[in-house]
Amino acid sequence: MKNILVIGANSAIAKATARHYAEQKDSLYLLARDPEQLAVQKDDLMVRGATSVECAAFDATDFTSHGPLIAQALETLGHFDIVLIAHGSLPDQALCESDFNVALEAFNVNALSVISLLNYVIKPMQTRRDGCIAVVTSVAGDRGRQSNFIYGAAKAMVSTYLQGLRGRLFPDNVAVVDIKPGFVDTPMTAHLPKGALWAQPEQIAQRIVKGVEKRSSTVYAPGFWRLIMFVVCSVPEVIFKRLKL
Amino acid sequence: MKMHSWGRYPVSDTVLEAPRSRESFARHLTALRDSDDRQIIARGMGRSYGDSALSHTVLATKSIDNFIDFDEDSGLLRCAAGLTLDAILQVFMPRGWFLAVVPGTRYVSVGGAIASDVHGKNHHVDGTFCEHVTELTLLLASGDILKCSRAENAPLFHATCAGMGLTGIVLEATLRLRRIHSSAIEQRTIRTNSLEEAFEKFEQNLDCTYSVAWLDCLATGQNTGRSLLFLGEHASDERFVTPRKRSLSVPFSSPSFLLNRYSMGLFNNVYFHKPIRAGQLQRIEAFQYFFPLDSIQHWNRLYGRRGFLQYQCVIPDEGALEGMRKILNMVSAAGKGSFLSVLKKFGPANQNLLSFPMRGYTLAMDFKFEQGVLPLLDDLDRVVADHGGRLYLAKDARMSAEFFQSSYPHWEQMRELRREFFADSLFHSLQSQRLGL
Repeated sequence: MKNILVIGANSAIAKATARHYAEQKDSLYLLARDPEQLAVQKDDLMVRGATSVECAAFDATDFTSHGPLIAQALETLGHFDIVLIAHGSLPDQALCESDFNVALEAFNVNALSVISLLNYVIKPMQTRRDGCIAVVTSVAGDRGRQSNFIYGAAKAMVSTYLQGLRGRLFPDNVAVVDIKPGFVDTPMTAHLPKGALWAQPEQIAQRIVKGVEKRSSTVYAPGFWRLIMFVVCSVPEVIFKRLKL
Repeated sequence: MKMHSWGRYPVSDTVLEAPRSRESFARHLTALRDSDDRQIIARGMGRSYGDSALSHTVLATKSIDNFIDFDEDSGLLRCAAGLTLDAILQVFMPRGWFLAVVPGTRYVSVGGAIASDVHGKNHHVDGTFCEHVTELTLLLASGDILKCSRAENAPLFHATCAGMGLTGIVLEATLRLRRIHSSAIEQRTIRTNSLEEAFEKFEQNLDCTYSVAWLDCLATGQNTGRSLLFLGEHASDERFVTPRKRSLSVPFSSPSFLLNRYSMGLFNNVYFHKPIRAGQLQRIEAFQYFFPLDSIQHWNRLYGRRGFLQYQCVIPDEGALEGMRKILNMVSAAGKGSFLSVLKKFGPANQNLLSFPMRGYTLAMDFKFEQGVLPLLDDLDRVVADHGGRLYLAKDARMSAEFFQSSYPHWEQMRELRREFFADSLFHSLQSQRLGL
């Protein structure tokens, strides 16, 4: 039985992952923005077999609240075996370019809040010398594309941060897993047309569970994105800048 | 966007909306009520075959897929309507619980199973899916949310069960699960060489919990109606095997000419002659017994781009043998039949206004969409009508309003009730419009 903290628990990917852990009879602590949705999810996870589920409402951009919230979660669970960070937003690129405040908000939600939260999570895990931190970033962070580079830059910031953190926590036996999903059919992307590359949140959840179990460094989800991103990153910039991607 | 259901026919131009939570359904509904578009239908997994989950605007229930409560003592499970039967079985089978009634696929939503009042291989013993639904929560056209059961708002309950989504949107339901003592089924297979023999065997085995026959609808002459009858009971060995995830998939529409009377005739022939040990008990996993086709994802793509029609009729006991024989002769004469068809004995009908099953025999066949199929099905309709039968709405994409209205005796009551709750101002599917509901 594991103790698991899920941040951004109402996201489709986090939800699917939490369900898996609930069916393994684990104990969960959920943080997310909408308390009504959290209550619904709590009941769901309990029926699925979770040993216990507690939750609290949280606002990713209210940085001062992060410390007390994580402390409360730690007190409830006792310790963290797994911390999954999955909150995020998909900002409108054109709007980000015309209004810096929108871009700033996107960075706050997708990047800075993650770094702030991790600050509080790391210490107890270091002290215990065990556990796994999994953060959902995106393949969009692997290379900047003109259609989506604010979101991409924010995710890239987190990925780079996680690379460094992985090394820092290695001696303390704490694993850091960077989850990079491709296109996922979730409410965040409900307005986009779907093609063959799109995956369901359950598929991503399976990759997360496996990645955490194996303490992998970077997990592309589904796995074929590793190949796609290898190709995308191999295109010389001279050509890439001319592509309307 | 272009949308179709499991039969891939017809294809409609549809606006898809996906409310994220129970609360947002009411908000979406209010917004739609104030717009020009007043033709809305709820859609779960899109596993009905024809046009019953197609409309101008479709509200997907997929995102309300949470469990709410389970009582170990009574076996009562409360859950949101978008949850699939698969999700329920994955969680509850290892704990010794099974759904009281399951259709031929577990990839349907609870809401869809209620709307179609689906039946299973135990209909002659346990009735339909809705007979094990104790309560449901319905979002009405007015935006009000109402609890319905046999005791509370009973008329609305019996109209919503089997109501094809035409009374409102089912948000939650309470189901009674069945205790099981194994994840396996003990199966007995009986080979029968004619339709008479198949009927006889059904009648002899009425006390058997599960029974279904796979029938070779392309066989002619002496072989007409030859079939394999599968009888099943839950095993009791207290062994629970975790169901395997499906693996095979049909990645794209295959050229439909691959399925022709010769290839399908060959398949049916091989299947019919597959080695069985007559009368012996065989232990197979429940998923394999109940959902053989679920192991191949997207099997509907085998019928090609133009899709297929499924024809499922029921004929009351008195004329069943004669009617079925006529139907099989017409189908094999036209050379239009398909993979193995399914024959099943039904128990009595229930009180739900548009429920399909009635005491008699039901036959389900697939037809590739091609020249000549629609006229053939119209001919079959006449045979079914002559023998007092009717067609299953969840599979229908083409029956006439006239045939529907003459074969569903409570359809006018349904229309009245829709008027009473203003459902007719908002909830329409392409099917309900075709049938004059």
